[in-house]
Amino acid sequence: MSPDSISALRLSLQVAVAATALNALVGIPIAYALARRPFWGRSLVDLLVTLPLVLPPTVVGYYLIVLLGRRGVLGAPLYQLTGFTVAFTWYAAVVAATVMALPLLVRTVRAAIESVDRDLERAAYTLGRSELRTALEVTLPLARNGILAGLVLAFARALGEFGATLMLAGNIPGRTQTVPLSIYTAVQTGESAEALGLVAVLTALSCLVLIAANRLGARAA
Amino acid sequence: MIVRAIRRILVVALGLGLAATASAQPVTVSAAISVKDAVSELGRGFAASHPGVTLLYNWGSSGSLQKQIEAGAPIDVFISAAALQMDALEERKLLAPGTRKVIARNLLTVIKPGDSRVDIVKPGDLVETRVRRIVVGNPRTVPAGQYAEESLRALGLWDRLQPKLVFAEDVRQALEYVARGEVDAGFVYTTDATTRGRGVKEAFRPAEDTYRPVVYPAAVVAGARQPALAAAFIDLLLSREGQAVLSRFGFQPPPAGAR
Repeated sequence: MSPDSISALRLSLQVAVAATALNALVGIPIAYALARRPFWGRSLVDLLVTLPLVLPPTVVGYYLIVLLGRRGVLGAPLYQLTGFTVAFTWYAAVVAATVMALPLLVRTVRAAIESVDRDLERAAYTLGRSELRTALEVTLPLARNGILAGLVLAFARALGEFGATLMLAGNIPGRTQTVPLSIYTAVQTGESAEALGLVAVLTALSCLVLIAANRLGARAA
Repeated sequence: MIVRAIRRILVVALGLGLAATASAQPVTVSAAISVKDAVSELGRGFAASHPGVTLLYNWGSSGSLQKQIEAGAPIDVFISAAALQMDALEERKLLAPGTRKVIARNLLTVIKPGDSRVDIVKPGDLVETRVRRIVVGNPRTVPAGQYAEESLRALGLWDRLQPKLVFAEDVRQALEYVARGEVDAGFVYTTDATTRGRGVKEAFRPAEDTYRPVVYPAAVVAGARQPALAAAFIDLLLSREGQAVLSRFGFQPPPAGAR
């Protein structure tokens, strides 16, 4: 395997781990709110969080460029203040992967939380526990397998992200060329051996991830 | 009621589909994206003078187009932005013999965003810290990137500029990155630089002796479904009318004896 392919693998794992961590930080609270706390604007949040799942990745990529490009809504002030642009860096790959994988995490975790017996939560309330402590000590631990399944699915999705990544992060070997982009370029340039190697690794990894997700999902039921 | 409506729609769709296949005589042209505007215009004229003929275009980087043809894509005409890709096809006997001709010439230039205030007037300026990002076509597949690499290597700048380089999938994407202000400078053709009005401006032109001449060979692909029409289209590109259109878009006439 060429050094470019190895760096693509390393980069992909880096990006997928970072994206999954970000998704956990952001997605689990959102899933909890959607599952347990009716609030004004809930349907809108639900819609926004599900949108990346349904929209073509290039549409999401377009929005990300509008937001984070050097002249973007958020990107321009960021550039003025710090001289830094997200686009064409590996952070852009993380952002793209995070956004595309978020719906998977939120939906899975939300379902897991909704399946927790509310009587147990109520019991905790009557014993004097605050909502936050109940969530952390009762609800989330009981939804643990579903949460893990969600994380695993989000990881797999982040690993395989292509369209939005290509648009926001570009296809720069060693810096933003993740495995899916590397396979694309290898096929474009007729390097079938290189492509095959990467395809095999990614397929094996994805299978492992799916098996893990299924096992965890089954245990959660 | 619904079922009847669906059935009626299906019948109409089938009918339209059959009608479409019966009358279509498409000539498929894979062309380097830098000639898009000129070739599209000439194509309209060609279709007008050949009733019943439609032209289908496939734009992209010459390297990707070459690989598609190698993989068996049903293409009639291939127009490349460099001899390299055409040579590769010729080696694999994928060109109709005797149909290869050069239709135009181009020049490399370095552009910057239209409102850029970064001072870039010579190649050496690209190394300065005020130039943070430079876009070039991916040298593996994009001729504009190959010429840029050749030029920068000749100037001894290629290695030092590596950390600043952003790769584009074709020269128009490179142009787009500059117009969008995502990068401080980009390598495109002079013909691309003029398509964006005030969106981009030329910074400098690399010396012509630092890269091989940018030539556009065109040829009929072996196994073309419309070989006669394909050859006729190439003749149009070489005709006085074709050369006038190309010239209007900024291309230079093909150098004598070029392949």
